[in-house]
Amino acid sequence: MRFSFTEEQDMFRDTVRDLFADRCPPEAVRESWGNDDGRVAGLWSALGEMGVLAVLAPESAGGLGMDEVDLVRILEEAGYAGVPEPLMEHAAVAVPALAEARSPLLDAAVSGASTLTVSLGAGPVVAASVADAIVHRSGADLQAVTGWTGTSATSIDQSRRLSTIDTITEAAALDGADTALAYDRAVLGTAAQAIGVARRLLDATVEYVGQRHQFGKPVGSYQAVKHQLADVKIAVDFAAPLVYRAAWSIAHPETHDVLTRARDVSMAKAQASDAVDLAARKALQCHGAIGYTFEYDLQLWLKRGWALAAAYGDARQHRDRVADILAI
Amino acid sequence: MDLELAPRYVDFRDECRTWLAEHHPGRIASMDTPDGFEEHRQWERVLFDGGWSVPAWPSKYGGRDCDLIEWLIYEEEYWLSGVPGRVSANGVSLLAPTIFNFGTQEQQDFFLPRMASGEDIWAQGWSEPEAGSDLAGIKTKAILDGDHYVLNGQKTWCSRGAFADWIFCIVRTDPDAERHAGLTYLLVPADTPGMERRPIGRLDGEPGFAELFFDDARVSAEHVLGGVGQGWAVAMAAASSERGLSLRSPGRFMAAAERLTQLARDIASGGRLVDPRLRDEVTDAWIKAQAYRWQTYQMAADLMAGAEIGPEASMGKVFWSELDLELHATALRLLGESGEVVDGSPDGHDWLDGYVFALSGPIYAGTNEIQRNIISERVLGLPRR
Repeated sequence: MRFSFTEEQDMFRDTVRDLFADRCPPEAVRESWGNDDGRVAGLWSALGEMGVLAVLAPESAGGLGMDEVDLVRILEEAGYAGVPEPLMEHAAVAVPALAEARSPLLDAAVSGASTLTVSLGAGPVVAASVADAIVHRSGADLQAVTGWTGTSATSIDQSRRLSTIDTITEAAALDGADTALAYDRAVLGTAAQAIGVARRLLDATVEYVGQRHQFGKPVGSYQAVKHQLADVKIAVDFAAPLVYRAAWSIAHPETHDVLTRARDVSMAKAQASDAVDLAARKALQCHGAIGYTFEYDLQLWLKRGWALAAAYGDARQHRDRVADILAI
Repeated sequence: MDLELAPRYVDFRDECRTWLAEHHPGRIASMDTPDGFEEHRQWERVLFDGGWSVPAWPSKYGGRDCDLIEWLIYEEEYWLSGVPGRVSANGVSLLAPTIFNFGTQEQQDFFLPRMASGEDIWAQGWSEPEAGSDLAGIKTKAILDGDHYVLNGQKTWCSRGAFADWIFCIVRTDPDAERHAGLTYLLVPADTPGMERRPIGRLDGEPGFAELFFDDARVSAEHVLGGVGQGWAVAMAAASSERGLSLRSPGRFMAAAERLTQLARDIASGGRLVDPRLRDEVTDAWIKAQAYRWQTYQMAADLMAGAEIGPEASMGKVFWSELDLELHATALRLLGESGEVVDGSPDGHDWLDGYVFALSGPIYAGTNEIQRNIISERVLGLPRR
């Protein structure tokens, strides 16, 4: 029992954090909202070169051969930076599904030559308009969809270019890919991003209330403000370990059966969704009117937080799944 | 990262579980009644004789040198087994870490074994009528006279103070110094002439705490802990223990969460709870107990790697005290109209008593408002003023 990350894991996380800070600052996120494909120029290929897209692909396929414990910290950083790319969909769900099915699409996905997204449930699909393929759930099975028609939808978070899939014109079965596991990976990956978003909202707000003065002193010196942010800190710091713990459950099927994995993943998403909801609410309140503007960058994370809190099931839905497993 | 229990930990868990099952004394009276206090002292002795009263301590003081992981497992098993609570908790959880850190060899050799066996039960004498959250406002004076301190003043809200054998106090040894200076940590025998104690009826009516009055009470200067004038620093080291995991480890809440889910199953008679909102609340409380568990294992890994608990301990205190309330309030909602009946729960667990006790959690060990100040100023770095 040792609940801590290794130095190598920390270094990998730091490297990716630096890349995001360098290549995906808030200006780049904002710019992506206005351009045609919604992407940050050059970021995807940089992630491909670094191996980030293929964390979960085996080394024999050119991947890093790491597991979900490594990946969640990367996705946390993606949330922190507000990365508008379908990184979670590609790296956490599509790549391992293609690897499990030994799909010919894997090579391009590993290198970053292609971009994949996923369609696992009822919700709209993220980034289908720029995807080369969609890992799509059809009944109990997964398939790689390479031809489709869809209808676009607009998200409040303009980093999320949404579509609904209307007809599928070309698809190949992904025999050997685990549908339930793909869903749990998507839930976990979303929870990890939500934690990153919540941390960013908190950091931005701590900085702001330390600078903004009213009545001759920083608004962050008032207990009414302090206590709200203390609550956010607590919510985030008690949700994150459940995310790491769920990553461990997924990565260790030999000691975690499907129900245990599902329980752990849903606990993580329930707490992460609640944490990011609270962080968004408190961040906006403590910023006051400036946080309510389109000009100010806080909105990038507020909107991402709202979207991720609900994506792949909100807190109540995941508590419902835990309740089913607890038989209450 | 490794979240599996190594075989030696699994063996430890089994040993602990077996011993507790074999020595379970059944239900005994409340520790805050005269008879119940002595029954709990007997239970402390049973634990001590089995080597289970202070497992994390060195074996020379009655422990078994457990590492932090073993101690967390022990706590999980302890609370899951349903054996009585610890009347020695103030001493073992709050004072002992301070004695280990600041005590002289003589003090350690004298006090620790007596604490471990239940021979000495300790109460905390920190708060005063004018010094609660503002602890540095302590006024109780202790003036050196030869080799004794002469105490005058008043302490209050001393948990276990009605029956305890010793009180660990913070007193003002330099009456000219203000606030954090001039304070000293002093260990006071409860039978000291000139010290009078008056039990205070707690919310449940039992004498769960006491007022102490000092009227020229003489206490040996040998009982200063950690140096004259060092009281604040010594006390704050203990406060981290109190707020952190030593006082309220996850095991207590995990056990309550298991009982809560079982109560929900009982009430649903094998089906699912009819009220989806109650079902959601039960599950939320259960998940939060797990969150506290894994957050603690994460902190334990840091501690075992050499880190120290700082102001982060305040986050745990807010979390567990609010979790405890949520667990018990949810149980009472499950019980509905019968929730008000003392000893009325069909599962035999005293949820009502637990709820009343949980209400004190956000108040004792530093109110949650004080904790949130600490978190915002010392963890987040917000300006003090």
